[in-house]
Amino acid sequence: MLETAFFYLFGGLAVVSGLGVVLARNTMHSVMFLIFCFFNSAGLFFLLDAEFIGIILILIYVGAVMVLFMFVIMMLEVNRAKLREGFLQYLPVGGVIAIAMLGELIAAGSSGVFSTSEMKSTAHMGQEINNTVEIGKELYTKYLLGFEVAAIILLVALIGAIVLTLRARKDAKYQKISAQVHARKEDRLRKVRM
Amino acid sequence: MVPLSGYLAIAACLFSLGVVGLFLNRKNVITILMCIELMLLAVNINFAAFSHFLGNLDGQIFVFFVLTVAASEVAVGLAILVAFYRQRRSIEIEDINTLQG
Repeated sequence: MLETAFFYLFGGLAVVSGLGVVLARNTMHSVMFLIFCFFNSAGLFFLLDAEFIGIILILIYVGAVMVLFMFVIMMLEVNRAKLREGFLQYLPVGGVIAIAMLGELIAAGSSGVFSTSEMKSTAHMGQEINNTVEIGKELYTKYLLGFEVAAIILLVALIGAIVLTLRARKDAKYQKISAQVHARKEDRLRKVRM
Repeated sequence: MVPLSGYLAIAACLFSLGVVGLFLNRKNVITILMCIELMLLAVNINFAAFSHFLGNLDGQIFVFFVLTVAASEVAVGLAILVAFYRQRRSIEIEDINTLQG
């Protein structure tokens, strides 16, 4: 009973804040709504016995990715008045596609294939089962290759982001270390007879 | 107990909101990136829900991989955005037409 109440609370707030992401006029407000949406989805993950994923969602998404979004929004000067032009122009086609997709997905979800009689709502894990330990066992044995590929993807993204944003400023003054080391006394010093 | 179709319905709502956001916000690239995040979140909810109801951990492992790819996508996307802003002083989509696509 309490679980159902929390499901409706988290799910409803997630959908409402998702609506806020799409409709907010200010981009910063969109980011705030998205953070709220991630928090509520983490609550849904907790209800699904996926504690590790829920914590990861809060730590990585809210703590790192959303802060990166905020940095970029604050750094770039966005003309807010011009951003809303053409908002309603694409509403008919976008709304029709989205409503059709929503209808299809909900029809598929509630078609009876995934009903309670087919898929029993299993009891929650006991306290003696640790979700993080189980994920670790699975990740480092069965999915070891995928884990390493994920690590390489992160490394490539790291290097790519640095390469894309790094630039040498033309007006800045840099030391030339090799020229400094190779300088000899004869280059700099001139004896003058008085 | 909450049935599986409840979680699927919420994920469907979030995914559709992401799609409609892609259509509505034709001006700002950052909002489009956020809508993609919303769609990936819906997929993650589906993965976790099926993982719970099937009694199988593989779904949660895939959520982990999806999170990895989404994080690197955001990092590279925002880096491209910053590099583009330096060139053009704008992040409006209509200004991004150098490739004439």
